[in-house]
Amino acid sequence: MRDVAVISFAQETADKDRERNEVEFIIPVVQEAVRASGLARHDIGFTISGSCDYLSGGPFTFVQGLDAAGAWPPVKESHVEMDAAWALYEAWVAIQAGEVDSALIYGFGKSSLTDVHQVFNLQNDPYTVAPLWPSTVSLAALQASALLAGSDVTERDLAEVAARSRRDSLDNPYAIVGEDVDADTLLARPLTYAPLRDADVAPVTDGSAAIVIAADDLARELCERPAWIRGIDHRIDAPHIGTRDLTTCVSARRAGEEAGALQGGFDIAELHAQFSHDELILRDVLGLDGATINPSGGALGANPLMASGLIRIGEVARRISAGDAGRGLAHATQGACLQQNLVCVMEGE
Amino acid sequence: MATTEPLIEHHVLEYPGGYTRSLGTALSRYLTGLRAGRIVGVRTVDGRVMVPPTEYDPETGADLDEYVEVGPAGVVEAWTWVAEPVAGKHHLTKPFAFALVRPDGADIPMVHVVDVASPDDMSVGMRVMPRWAPERVGYVTDLNAWVPEGDAADGSAGGGVDRQGAGGGVDHQAEPVTGITVPIRLEYEINAGRASSKYLRGMAEGKLIGQKAVGSDAVYLPPRGSDPTTGAPTEIEVEVSQIGTVTTFCITNIAGLSESAPEVPYIAAQILLDGANTPYLGLVQGIAVDDCRMGLRVKAVWDENLRPDARCLKWFEPNGEPDAAYDTYREYA
Repeated sequence: MRDVAVISFAQETADKDRERNEVEFIIPVVQEAVRASGLARHDIGFTISGSCDYLSGGPFTFVQGLDAAGAWPPVKESHVEMDAAWALYEAWVAIQAGEVDSALIYGFGKSSLTDVHQVFNLQNDPYTVAPLWPSTVSLAALQASALLAGSDVTERDLAEVAARSRRDSLDNPYAIVGEDVDADTLLARPLTYAPLRDADVAPVTDGSAAIVIAADDLARELCERPAWIRGIDHRIDAPHIGTRDLTTCVSARRAGEEAGALQGGFDIAELHAQFSHDELILRDVLGLDGATINPSGGALGANPLMASGLIRIGEVARRISAGDAGRGLAHATQGACLQQNLVCVMEGE
Repeated sequence: MATTEPLIEHHVLEYPGGYTRSLGTALSRYLTGLRAGRIVGVRTVDGRVMVPPTEYDPETGADLDEYVEVGPAGVVEAWTWVAEPVAGKHHLTKPFAFALVRPDGADIPMVHVVDVASPDDMSVGMRVMPRWAPERVGYVTDLNAWVPEGDAADGSAGGGVDRQGAGGGVDHQAEPVTGITVPIRLEYEINAGRASSKYLRGMAEGKLIGQKAVGSDAVYLPPRGSDPTTGAPTEIEVEVSQIGTVTTFCITNIAGLSESAPEVPYIAAQILLDGANTPYLGLVQGIAVDDCRMGLRVKAVWDENLRPDARCLKWFEPNGEPDAAYDTYREYA
């Protein structure tokens, strides 16, 4: 295996940005991630993005996105219709295969153009579930209900996660909701999507993120303290949520196992928990005792779809590079009720 | 200021008439069952009963073919409240619950809806009965909603549905359901973005405004906000000429390609406007189609009603200058 590290990271978020289009969100993060990497744009071996055409309601958004990535003369390029954390995985594989020594990864999306929670109903079973139009939030709330009924988790536990996330978001300039609040205050608020409250649900966020990764001596040469990827893996559960035990998450557990996460020892973890109960489930299956969870405020502070998972990797990597953490775990998710999960374990040297 | 207001257009993503989907064996059984007021599941490899049924085992992928009628009553295993149903999407028009309902005899719950007056009427473990739609067509909403067991028994939630066929397993309608039509409609408020908004506002003044990046001479029209060779933001605005050169073209002889297409035959051309470094795709009129040629010099013709809309540059027509030499546009042809 080659040693591969995150060497630069940039992000951009907004609450319903009415001025910039999706592509214009990419420009600053690609510019900054490339600048901070120390590599010239065309010395980066591979370019890959993650986005979703259903966010903008038009085909091939990622092709226009290439204008913002600096893709001429032609670059070696790929795209995933997923969160860009999966694009980073593909880039990592390309480096392991020896095809390239470095890669630019970016993810972008504007969730504010439509009722995004309804849009993702289209990923449900088109015969028996999608015609009923359960939103992303409704399905997540079913998981919360199952967890509350089938484990010792309480509504207060959810509120504690939400309150901590909102407090930590105050220190994150990229978070779009932040609040000095405690669990009691949140518990007094209405059950908007019973058993979930607004604060249990990630805010609709526009945004983008970019990361440059590099291998071996190239990473050492470019970065004082690279965030080395020690393990990365992703796994998926069955789509029909009735077939799954919603009080746990087998695919996240398996991805963690394959990524070498289960030996623990983490200083920090950034979990792509888009709902309060997601964090409780993930902490349980990934064994994160002792780790500071979501110091950025996590996805409950800002959740730009298609970039949010990549941001989790970036948030861990930048803390490792800054010397604030030695070992960290980043997680990304896709699909209804934590269906698909990616775990990335990173360490400083 | 009015000039910085974002340009926003309402956009509907919809396939007219809906998606037509064929069902296959398991879903045909399921929806044919619902039409008859019966709930059909399937036995998995490890002996559990799953509803709705699939043709394959959820864990091993093995073929499944032992269909089992379940219910009609069931139990709520998880629920959430929908305070504001969305018109055109949710089939119930007043607040309701989504739930995982496990019909009696099944081991795996299904996603469906429960119709009660308030979330206070919902609880995990509550007993529910199906309320069948009065007219059933072989669709998932033939099971209109689950309702509390007592409500169904007293008939208040019923639809006057004849369930005589249920026990015997014989459908009133002989032909099995083999396909469904699913309407899908999504609506968006698309914003043009900074670069396109500036460009379109320029058009409202009859101007063509391109952009270039600091340190570059390449002017992009229409601008997309970045220089595609470097990704650098194109922050410098440059008004380009309304006169340009046809670098390449095609003649369309097929009518009806779009609602806005002119009468055939017509010319669509790549036009390199003087001062721009990307060709502009436009129509060429005012010349017989057989006389159109590379190098032809043309000028923009605008609609009288100038507005921030790309369609107000109607077409280009010859301006009478001699043809441009090939070398002046060869890199763009």
